[in-house]
Amino acid sequence: MAEQITIYINNKEYKVDPGQTIMQAADKLGFHIPRLCYHPKLSIEGACRVCIVEVEGARNYVASCAYPVANGMKIHTNSQELRQARRDIIELILDNHPLDCHVCERDGNCELQRLASSMGIRARHFQGERKVYDKDLSSEAVIRDPEKCILCGRCVRMCSEIQQVHNLTQAHRGFDTVVMPAYDMPMGESVCTACGQCINVCPTAAFLEKNYTQDLFQKLNDPNLIKVVQFAPSVRAAIGEAFGIEPGRNMEGELIAALRKLGFNYVFDTQFSADLTIMEEGSEFLERVQNNGKLPMITSCSSAWMKCLEQFYPDLIENVSTCKSPMSMQGALTKSYFAQKIGVDPKKILSVAAMCCTAKKYEAAREELLVDGMRGVDIVVTTREISWMIKSAGIDLLHIQPEEPDHPLGESSGAGAIFGVTGGVMEAAIRTAYELYTGQTLIDIELESIRGLKGIKEGKIDLDGKEIRVAVAHGLGNACKLLDTVRKDPERYHFIEIMGCPGGCIGGGGQPYAQANSIPLDEGALMKRAQALYDLDRGKTIRRSHDNPDVQKLYKEFLHSPLSKVSHKYLHTHYKAKLPKGIIPKNG
Amino acid sequence: MADLRKDNNVKEVHYKLTLCDGPTCIHNQSKQLHQVLDAEIKNRGVQNVSIHLSGCLGMCKKGPILIVNPGYTMYGNVKAADIPEIVQSHLVEGKPVARLTIIEDHLYNRFFRIFGDVDFFGKQMRITLRNCGIIDPENIDDYLSVRGYEALAKVLTNMKPQDVIAEVKKSGLRGRGGAGFPTGLKWEFTAKAVNGDKYVICNADEGDPGAFMDRGTIEGDPHTVLEGMIIGGYAIGAKKGIVYIRAEYPLAIKRLEKAMDAARQCGFLGKNILGTDFSFDIEIRLGAGAFVCGEETALIHSIEGSRGMPRPRPPFPAVSGLFGKPTLINNVETWANIPVVILDGGDWFSSIGTETSKGTKVFALAGKVRNTGMVEVPMGTTLREIVYDIGGGIPNGKKLKAIQTGGPSGGCLPEQYLDTQIDYESLAKAGSIMGSGGMIVIDEDSCMVGLAKFFIEFTQDESCGKCTPCREGTKRMLEILTRITRGEGRPGDIEKLERLGGMIKKSSLCGLGQSAPNPVLSTIKNFRAEYEEHIHQKKCRAGQCAAMLSYTIGERCVGCGACKRVCPAGAIEGARKEKHVIDAAKCIRCGQCFDVCKFNAVSKA
Repeated sequence: MAEQITIYINNKEYKVDPGQTIMQAADKLGFHIPRLCYHPKLSIEGACRVCIVEVEGARNYVASCAYPVANGMKIHTNSQELRQARRDIIELILDNHPLDCHVCERDGNCELQRLASSMGIRARHFQGERKVYDKDLSSEAVIRDPEKCILCGRCVRMCSEIQQVHNLTQAHRGFDTVVMPAYDMPMGESVCTACGQCINVCPTAAFLEKNYTQDLFQKLNDPNLIKVVQFAPSVRAAIGEAFGIEPGRNMEGELIAALRKLGFNYVFDTQFSADLTIMEEGSEFLERVQNNGKLPMITSCSSAWMKCLEQFYPDLIENVSTCKSPMSMQGALTKSYFAQKIGVDPKKILSVAAMCCTAKKYEAAREELLVDGMRGVDIVVTTREISWMIKSAGIDLLHIQPEEPDHPLGESSGAGAIFGVTGGVMEAAIRTAYELYTGQTLIDIELESIRGLKGIKEGKIDLDGKEIRVAVAHGLGNACKLLDTVRKDPERYHFIEIMGCPGGCIGGGGQPYAQANSIPLDEGALMKRAQALYDLDRGKTIRRSHDNPDVQKLYKEFLHSPLSKVSHKYLHTHYKAKLPKGIIPKNG
Repeated sequence: MADLRKDNNVKEVHYKLTLCDGPTCIHNQSKQLHQVLDAEIKNRGVQNVSIHLSGCLGMCKKGPILIVNPGYTMYGNVKAADIPEIVQSHLVEGKPVARLTIIEDHLYNRFFRIFGDVDFFGKQMRITLRNCGIIDPENIDDYLSVRGYEALAKVLTNMKPQDVIAEVKKSGLRGRGGAGFPTGLKWEFTAKAVNGDKYVICNADEGDPGAFMDRGTIEGDPHTVLEGMIIGGYAIGAKKGIVYIRAEYPLAIKRLEKAMDAARQCGFLGKNILGTDFSFDIEIRLGAGAFVCGEETALIHSIEGSRGMPRPRPPFPAVSGLFGKPTLINNVETWANIPVVILDGGDWFSSIGTETSKGTKVFALAGKVRNTGMVEVPMGTTLREIVYDIGGGIPNGKKLKAIQTGGPSGGCLPEQYLDTQIDYESLAKAGSIMGSGGMIVIDEDSCMVGLAKFFIEFTQDESCGKCTPCREGTKRMLEILTRITRGEGRPGDIEKLERLGGMIKKSSLCGLGQSAPNPVLSTIKNFRAEYEEHIHQKKCRAGQCAAMLSYTIGERCVGCGACKRVCPAGAIEGARKEKHVIDAAKCIRCGQCFDVCKFNAVSKA
């Protein structure tokens, strides 16, 4: 480690490590310099100029997020002149922002609001023209509202650096600068994968999920409908944050009770169909291994990843499992098996999914997923939407008596629970595939090598002397890296799990906004959400999907066996290349 | 080198005609002149005459320019109708046409023997532009005949890279793009940086409104820029150079391409230059005309294929530039000085100029001055010398009000700064900047508030939109200035402009934002009274802000009715041969009555 250097912050002497920025050094010393465009996971933009500080000897203020510390540097973070400059900068942002906080979806959850409040802006000096844009409502999942955009560029960097989708960019100049998809393409026609990470990192409401809460409230009041809801593993691990509690508390029982109070007749658990997915996907994998099928097989649970595949990796479509996502399997069974069981016309069933994901809204509308001409899932709401609905209906989630899910689509194993974390699908699949292949029970079921937040993880298992090499990627950028390896070296892996969002579903685009003293997609918070699911797994007696009694019953009563004709009808689908508009493929 | 050089004068050419092919001369029909000249010579069967084209000579106001050699006769404002006379009298009879020649009386300070007789050139010292207007820019032989590529040969055969850097450091040359960073130091930093490949970039993204120094240099003498870059590549250990030039300069691009082809054929560019181990090649990248791409990090992003937006520095391009590699980026004018520094030596170069600023500076002289055009003066020349001795003073008997240097990033200096010496520090001290070389002379007819508004409108338009102060702040400044010029200024507006301007200067990400408020702040500083008049008395003393003007018809009116006929608002009443009256309520202040009145009866105030 290099020798420490001396810096002065507000006339006090400190010893710090060299090679870091002023902001990093100040953070460690307990000076929180205000900031806006900065995000530790993204490249340094230096655009908002909120984090400016005064460095003695420098002609101008410097952006502390970008400027390195140097020995003897004298820094001032709070001088009167600097405070005014910073306040003027926030004021300038506000001057070009709709003054409609009280009707804005992010009211109370907005970084700009918090910043303005912390700056003590009490008068407005420079008001003038404001930008006027229409909202882009073309996408099933993500709404773009350039009027709310403050051009911090976080979404652009998220979309290109972490997700490598490169859908968003700044366009035009000066006051007319705006963030948009290439050629001002509507979001719905653009290469947007609907992952929703732009929403997660947006400090304001420039990106939002398409909101279905009003529609859902209306339908919940319709006495002619049978209201059925399923909820994803990661929703229970994060929804508490929307109610102000620390990340990492599993709210499963409370959530089930709240959903019933909202008016749902049946509350099912997507973890059930996660187990089912393992039965189908695990069997599909073994079939491919045994019959020289296309390998590596790649998972298909993540809807943003599916769109990414169809657009950018159409040559790998054959490698992807034909299994629907757990949500869509559950939806298909709700409108078939479950409808038969309770003896109602499936058209009378309202199938709702509460998801950590925005792309599920897009997925639910895919034509390939129609079941007997019906959508398996009619409405998808995100964790944010459902938490708002719970609050709006006056339900006290934190102090409610926990309840159990309904049958027959509610029971789940620990394997189903860890679906929400990167590596979880792989881990769950291995637990079952091992037993299906070898006839023996896998004892050591916690696979540390594929846990954690490393971008690409690799592991090996031994199936009766046959080495199976697996890889796991989360975040589309890591997925692209991994798939580029696969293109070059198709023999390298047998089985690959891909999740579109950083951390897997726990970091989904529909998860609660970062609270006042945290940042979006904070690794610590993600780890706590993950831990909640791992704890859930550990606390269960049944930890392998094939041991789930409801799953076993379903096969006995309806599906017969994995990969059967019935299974194929309801649980499997297909994908096709979707050449993005305006983009010419590299190889032809 | 001697083998490569062909002396053009050896050819059996009796008269060598050089027609200026710079942008202004082209605008003034020099192309047609060329055709007429060609036809006339053929028609009359005149032998031993060759016609050549040159880059911009700089005397744009007198264009088109035709020079006849031998004898260095310079014709100005040549019209097609003058051609028969020139051909007959000069080329056939050997008598120059006196009425068309540009020769003025004074004979002092002849630096340039060719142009010494011309005032316009008297106080100039042409280093960057040494060949502009003299050689044929599309003929490498012409460049070779004026010791072209000799500096490169010297460097490759007699100097180590560190010697080259030492010479550049010794010369005291500073970046001519505007910031004035010591060139030698920049070279040294880039030479020391180690990270695989290195790049050399020529910044030819000239964007200041009205500036054409770089364009003139490349169009007039492309080889000197290439030679400078090749030397730079050798000094820092780069194999690849890029000229980033705006696509709006097609002629400059064409000439650069032609020059690069010729240089490759002669072995000055490409593999094993002049038979040595050193290989270096140059490619041209076109800019789409964004002003901000003149900022080096934005320019680098643009070359990389990204949106042209600046990024915070450090790291500087010398450490991490194009594709993350050490990159030496200099402006056209800086590069053009390099061959001179090498051949004539750093000591000689540093003998020119002032204590801190060495050599010369090229300016695009524009505005209310008799001789507009491109001028090059030694550092230390005063503004007064440029405006009055070279520029010929203010036309139409008007009074000088200010001089604006540095384009949209610079400031306005009033008359009392006329004796300011031109160097980086003096101009900054006076409240302006050197900039890349824009110089606009402003007379009493110009409104300083309007001028400030013009520049801030430009920077607001050209702001990349990345950082808040520049994107949002210049917009608010523009709004305030707009309302002041509309007569809607409010008390406190000046203070708001100062507050915003100060903040934008100190907080913006790149040089564009950091300098954008300069035209406003400097006009407030030097012409505050004009601002106050606009705001409090709703008065524009220059009569430029239409909203504040009132037109009246005075006693001189003869009742001709011309104003009444031309008035688009029907605001003028009056019987024939009687004094007319303007209805102020209806008047839209278009000024047409003022322009049309032959009797000076309409007055505006």
